[in-house]
Amino acid sequence: MIRVSGLEKKFGRQTVLNGIELDIAEGGIYAILGPNGSGKTTLIKCILGLTHPNEGEIFIHDKAVRGKWKYRNAINYLPQIANFPENLRVKELFSMIKDIRQSPGRDERLIEIFNLEPYLNKKLSTLSGGTVQKVNLVLTFMFDSPIVILDEPTSGLDPLAMLKLKELIRQERAAGKTLIITTHIMQFVEEVSDRIVYLLEGKIYYSGSVQGLLEKTQQQDLEHAIAHITKQELYA
Amino acid sequence: MVMMAQNVTGKTLTICQNCAINTIEEGIALAQSGDTLRVERGTYREYNLFVDKPLTIVGIDTPVIDGQKRGEIFRITADNVSIIGLKIINVGVSYTSDHAAIRIVKSEGFNVSNNELEQLFFGIFLEKSSRGRIANNRISGVAKDEYNSGNGIHIWYSKNVDVQDNTVEGVRDGIYLEFSDSVHIRSNKSRKNLRYGLHFMFSNHNFYGDNTFENNGAGVAVMFSKFIEMRGNHFSKNWGPASYGMLLKEITDATISDNIFEENTVGINIEGSNRIVYERNQFIQNGWAIKVLGACYSNTFRSNNFLYNSFDLSYNSRMNDNLFEGNYWSNYSGYDLDKDGIGDIPHRPVKLFSYVVNRTPETLILLRSLFMDIIDFSERVSPVFTPDNLADTKPLMRKVE
Amino acid sequence: MLKILKYSFYDLLRSRWAYAYFLFYLILGFVLLFLNGDLSKAVITLMNLIIILVPLISTIFGVMYFYSSREFTELLLAQPVRRDAIFLGQYLGITGTLASGLLLGLGIPFVAYGLFQSNEIYDFITLIVSGLALTFIFTGLAFNIAVRNENRIRGFGYAVLLWLFMAVVYDGLFLLTLIIFEEYPLDHFSLSATVFNPIDLSRILILLKLDISALLGYTGAVFKNFLGTKSGIFISCLALLSWIVIPLWTFMRKSRKKDF
Repeated sequence: MIRVSGLEKKFGRQTVLNGIELDIAEGGIYAILGPNGSGKTTLIKCILGLTHPNEGEIFIHDKAVRGKWKYRNAINYLPQIANFPENLRVKELFSMIKDIRQSPGRDERLIEIFNLEPYLNKKLSTLSGGTVQKVNLVLTFMFDSPIVILDEPTSGLDPLAMLKLKELIRQERAAGKTLIITTHIMQFVEEVSDRIVYLLEGKIYYSGSVQGLLEKTQQQDLEHAIAHITKQELYA
Repeated sequence: MVMMAQNVTGKTLTICQNCAINTIEEGIALAQSGDTLRVERGTYREYNLFVDKPLTIVGIDTPVIDGQKRGEIFRITADNVSIIGLKIINVGVSYTSDHAAIRIVKSEGFNVSNNELEQLFFGIFLEKSSRGRIANNRISGVAKDEYNSGNGIHIWYSKNVDVQDNTVEGVRDGIYLEFSDSVHIRSNKSRKNLRYGLHFMFSNHNFYGDNTFENNGAGVAVMFSKFIEMRGNHFSKNWGPASYGMLLKEITDATISDNIFEENTVGINIEGSNRIVYERNQFIQNGWAIKVLGACYSNTFRSNNFLYNSFDLSYNSRMNDNLFEGNYWSNYSGYDLDKDGIGDIPHRPVKLFSYVVNRTPETLILLRSLFMDIIDFSERVSPVFTPDNLADTKPLMRKVE
Repeated sequence: MLKILKYSFYDLLRSRWAYAYFLFYLILGFVLLFLNGDLSKAVITLMNLIIILVPLISTIFGVMYFYSSREFTELLLAQPVRRDAIFLGQYLGITGTLASGLLLGLGIPFVAYGLFQSNEIYDFITLIVSGLALTFIFTGLAFNIAVRNENRIRGFGYAVLLWLFMAVVYDGLFLLTLIIFEEYPLDHFSLSATVFNPIDLSRILILLKLDISALLGYTGAVFKNFLGTKSGIFISCLALLSWIVIPLWTFMRKSRKKDF
């Protein structure tokens, strides 16, 4: 489904991605983990074409994506920091994106799920961080696309919204979609993900099942396993 | 008076191609003083016609006198000769003598009117003649170079002449005066001439008014003359590097009033001219409305309108002895708080930029640039290069009507 | 791209700036015309004003809009939309807003005053055309600055410097060169120096209308050929056009490569 080959990205002198090879098969939930600055967001942005890699190619459905744009019809993306045009009202934002994507969307159900009705006529600049994240989630899940990429989906969410998010993720997976999620909350990863990809200094340190990582690091749970890797890295 | 009586009582001889008299030369020879020659329609190939007695030669339906470029056509040496309604063409061009269509020598009481002069060298040439009238003639040449072209109406050592309602175009100087006084030049049109529309040299006490000077090589030149009155003329579109509406050189005690200077490269170019009064003139969209070169003293500029000229006034010295008062300046930026129609702060019409352009003409390309405006503004606030007493202390808030 | 243009417009029409810009010209136009009652004087005043003000406003607005629509851009970039469409749409959105502000702001008072019955209509058209060209040029230049500078303060700084340079400093250097090298033939230099600054170029278009009498006093033959003929206006317009196209092209090229 998604194949990343020899991906390299430098920002100035700093190498952020350094030869990433990754195969993501159709269906299932992939968690991309790694410490801050390990290149998770850059990898996602490369897949989306927001950032241009220096080397390597990305293929989606066996087609190289460099310079293309139509393939993004197959992707729903939740950005890490939700920046919206401040002058817009929530309702206008939804209808604008639907208009641009030329697709009806299922925003009504999602608005209900996240209790956003009271905010529909408010300007985005007046919303709290958590509400903005809910708007962000609605925008992401609004369309029926085979690939869903979530960059830190849990940030700012209250427990109830978190539950609903998990529910949504499970539904999408059940519908046979491919989900790529980055997060810092290990509990969330353990609960939802099928496979994890661990990035360290722009390289893939580990790619496989949760169980496999636990065995590799000889730790009882994911949190400790990650901590172990980080520590090793620190004293190496 | 005796002459006049003769004119009235004289007989009339008819000249036509099938008549007993079929050349003008013959007609003149047969006529007696005071007779009238009726020249009927047709073409007469004649030149060097000497009119040595008082005659009236009248063309009926504009007969054509064709000089075949052989020489002069009419030479008048008698008083009280009238030449009316002829079409004279193909005057001979010579580098040694100034051939004219009509030359009047040492005569008085002449009348040259309603003639058409074409393909000419000189048109009407007055030599030491006086008390005459040149009116309603249409003079049009095809002059290309100054050295082999003549003037339309050339007045030399003559006095008391009226030049009225003539149209002169395509010659060297439209109307030329040298050593001639008390000449009245009124309501003429002088256009597309190689050099000047009107040219004065050493001629005093003359008047010219209500004339139109358009598209001439260099407009009107008034040089080395005194007591000239210039009123109500229209100077327009005299364009070119050495072109102006009016050129004044060594002129004194003149009055220049109610003239319109429109779209000339330079409206008036003034060199060494003193005691001239400029009143109620309109300077509209000229490159330079007035350019003052060299020493000019005691001139007065009053009640003129300066409208949208690129430069209203340019000086090449730091000294000013001329008075500017009560003019309207379209780019005056002051105010009138006491509502008396006069701006409360003086207007300085000379821009520093005009000095820069005088020095380096190429800088003209920077006209209207913000940089120049800033420089001009600072100069206006504290004059360094421009004469600091050069200001209109009573600038008008409204146009002079 | 039309969709992006639509939403850019939509976004701009919500900000008060667009209206302030429009109202500024509207009031200026009415004040100049109805207080003074002199159409040609109003046109001349506006010409002097526009070649300075339009570049300033376009640069500042251009940079400001590019930075403030960053969120909008990022939102769109993740959507199935061509990148060129996003940036071209935004460029046309801001230039379209500024251009219509200028056109309507000045057009309404002048038409109300009876422009169509007057001789000044050609001068007015020159005024508007150079105003519009400058809007497109300086917005394009501003976008180039903004797309290359993540730091907004620095971007604004460069924008103001650009304006200051083009509007004032350039002509100062130009003048200095002309005076220093006055013994040399400067015709070709002057013409090229003019072509390399769009403000000077529009100024020349205006000079050709207002100061033709003075310009015909030029002795240089090159100038005469350039200024005296239709080809002068044609070349000026061509140069203005390339001033629009080239910055737009470099901006689009940069934005295609930019990482978000």
